[in-house]
Amino acid sequence: MIMELVYKVEGGDFNKAGHASSQIKRVLKQLGVPPAIIKRVVVAMYEAEVNIVAHAWRGVITAGVNESGIRVVLDDEGPGIPNIAQAMEKGYSTASAEVRDMGFGAGMGLPNIRANVDEFNITSEVNKGTVLDFFIKF
Amino acid sequence: MKLKEIVALVEGKVVCGEQHLDESVEYAFSSDLMSDVLTLRITDFLLVTGLSNIQSIRTAEMSDLKYILIVRDKKVTQDMIELAEDNDMTIITTEFSMFKTSGLLFNAGLKPVY
Repeated sequence: MIMELVYKVEGGDFNKAGHASSQIKRVLKQLGVPPAIIKRVVVAMYEAEVNIVAHAWRGVITAGVNESGIRVVLDDEGPGIPNIAQAMEKGYSTASAEVRDMGFGAGMGLPNIRANVDEFNITSEVNKGTVLDFFIKF
Repeated sequence: MKLKEIVALVEGKVVCGEQHLDESVEYAFSSDLMSDVLTLRITDFLLVTGLSNIQSIRTAEMSDLKYILIVRDKKVTQDMIELAEDNDMTIITTEFSMFKTSGLLFNAGLKPVY
């Protein structure tokens, strides 16, 4: 492991949504990761970060970087996802009007995350939280 | 198409990033939905949007795009300008609608992303 970065995310704090993804982008640039791969990492991470802000109470993002790739784990405390298969469908969303006003909440986030990553895993428990884990190879 | 030609065509105002007005862009994408912008793999395009908030600039940052055209005379806030300047982006605003703006730019030769 070259480095591990940990970020806290608060539910409902739209002004800060994307802050962690922005930091990761800078770190990956400094490490000389190719721009096309950085874009896949930060798009997946940003969508997932917005999901925590939009749906959860709070969460922790842990990004582990080594020479083979980056693993990002987004662990939130929140209402959870009762039906993950449904949440993975394009166009399905439970987002509030506030989230839609921010340009999200159209049911594109999880499918877009999956499209950008090499490994994708999501588990959830209702009224407890959701853990999303993805890996992108360098 | 040069950015300064785009500004003239949409009767726009340059909010920040004036130093890039001589740069050229070939493609544009019009959307208020940031998740759709985030599905695009290309980076060198003009984002035309009516969504004027910090998340439209964040989306541009994650998408690696440098040029944002905000339509419908939406106001640009100071935190948006600061984030755009941090990322060396140009923000242009126009009073025109998204349809009119897109039509003018399409007619002038900007290409759709898809």
